[in-house]
Amino acid sequence: MEIQFDDNIKRARFPLLTWVTSRQAFWVSVAVILACIFLSFATNSFATSNNIFNVTRNFTFVAIIALGMTIVIITGGIDLSVGSVLCLCSMILAVVMHAGYSIEVGIAASLATALVIGAINGVLIAYLGIPPFVVTLGMLSIARSLAMVASNNTVVFQFGPDHDKLLFLGGGAWLFGIANPVLFMLALALLTGFVLHYTRFGRYVFAIGGNEHAAIVTGVPVRRTKLAVYMISALSAGIAGIIQTGWLGAVTTNLGSGMELQVIAAAVIGGANLAGGIGTAFGALIGSALIEVIRNSLGLLGVSAFWQGTFIGSFIIIAVTFDRLRNYRSSE
Amino acid sequence: MALLELKNVSKHFGAIHALNDVSLSLEPGRIVGLMGDNGAGKSTLVKIVAGNFRPTHGTMQMEGQDLSMHRPIEARRHGIEIVHQDLALCDNLSAAANVFLGREIRKGIGPFKILDYAAMYRRAGQIFAELRSETRPRDLVRQMSGGQRQAVAIARTRIADAKVVLMDEPTAAISVRQVAEVLNLMRRLRDRGIAIVFISHRMPDVFSIADRVVILRRGRKVADKDVAASSPEEVTGLITGAIEYA
Repeated sequence: MEIQFDDNIKRARFPLLTWVTSRQAFWVSVAVILACIFLSFATNSFATSNNIFNVTRNFTFVAIIALGMTIVIITGGIDLSVGSVLCLCSMILAVVMHAGYSIEVGIAASLATALVIGAINGVLIAYLGIPPFVVTLGMLSIARSLAMVASNNTVVFQFGPDHDKLLFLGGGAWLFGIANPVLFMLALALLTGFVLHYTRFGRYVFAIGGNEHAAIVTGVPVRRTKLAVYMISALSAGIAGIIQTGWLGAVTTNLGSGMELQVIAAAVIGGANLAGGIGTAFGALIGSALIEVIRNSLGLLGVSAFWQGTFIGSFIIIAVTFDRLRNYRSSE
Repeated sequence: MALLELKNVSKHFGAIHALNDVSLSLEPGRIVGLMGDNGAGKSTLVKIVAGNFRPTHGTMQMEGQDLSMHRPIEARRHGIEIVHQDLALCDNLSAAANVFLGREIRKGIGPFKILDYAAMYRRAGQIFAELRSETRPRDLVRQMSGGQRQAVAIARTRIADAKVVLMDEPTAAISVRQVAEVLNLMRRLRDRGIAIVFISHRMPDVFSIADRVVILRRGRKVADKDVAASSPEEVTGLITGAIEYA
């Protein structure tokens, strides 16, 4: 009892500091900042505006999907289909615009596709009780195959009358020279953070991940919430797909392959717990940023690209180990 | 007058008669100990009152009004709350968040509503004070002792002004001091005029707090008498079947 009391005093003295340092995202942020400082001194090319522009833009696509993935992971689920859904949505956008429709029609068709895929995932998982791993693994295969069907496995690089609008959407920079994808990412991150923290839906997402049985008996609409979560995940992949199409200026059927693993890695490095119940929007961003900074720095330092996987993989394990050690300490 | 009245309630699952012709009446401010061996029908009875099952035969009345419930949420609407054996708490959420789970207080205009953290912390704090528990609304449930967790689960029953509270084995698998804490919480609920059904295997707990003891055996009610008029020996006999009926 006394020990507990002392603990409480300790906790109350610097509540903000304690709270901040207990966050995995905080330590990952520190790692990112240290890496950036180190690279600024170690290389001539890191701190150039051109490179910063590239780095920030490159990680946005992973980050946007990681936002959706984080919500899924908080509920205790997983979505392996996001890379393929990104490809399918890009392809639908490309094919529709190539056929002469406006960019608005293309985007609407693309987002509708994402929502339908997400709804199929969600219904199978939430209402039929099939494990998310299996459902989304199946969808990973289906969505990529549909993208091939939609395009006849060709590369689409002409987007009809609104070609230039689409390229500006993904490649432009209309505010202070910040790349458009970055602006989208920041807006979506703020939205995700708001939803998770301030809405009833967000509260239910955490409750389901914390104790699904408790959520059911307290009257939380568990199935509906899960359905919505998988639709949001697919939607985030669709949005990333649209922006990435505008940036690349071409869509191939291998776009986004293997991306699901990068996205999950980003979410986990950012503090999302695969067992459910824990995760933040900021974590999704900072996790993605760390992966991109590692990737970028290895290139600049002249390390062979083959080493990338080793570094990123190590960071996943280190991040989770850190979390584990902290939990050991607090449970003692 | 009886608050909740069950008349000749039976529940059959195919050929299995889980509950047979059980009548029970609960009065405000009284604690009924519900005892019986495993498979005696306690859980079935609780699930009927909680709205999980519909009785095969018989009726239920709440303050003289017929009750017909299809889902647990309807029981809640009628003022019946359940404290589950596993407490049904989310470890990753704060005490206040758990208390208001599924019934969050929100503020805002029209469809644009956000969670009202301040109001929920305040109300949860009031309830904990009323229960004389040291639980703090902002603390995560993960960091709490067994007694505090019980307080969170019991606090849930207070936000909607429940009239009947079913407590499913609240004293199983906790320490001696925590048992005392839980029994105190139950007394506070009783003093507020709530009818409590206390399901337990623990004879001393039932005898220390219940006003009446109801015993089920093989789906039938075999005793329903004042605790003062009974004894642990008699209750044991009734549970095991050594005593046929009392």
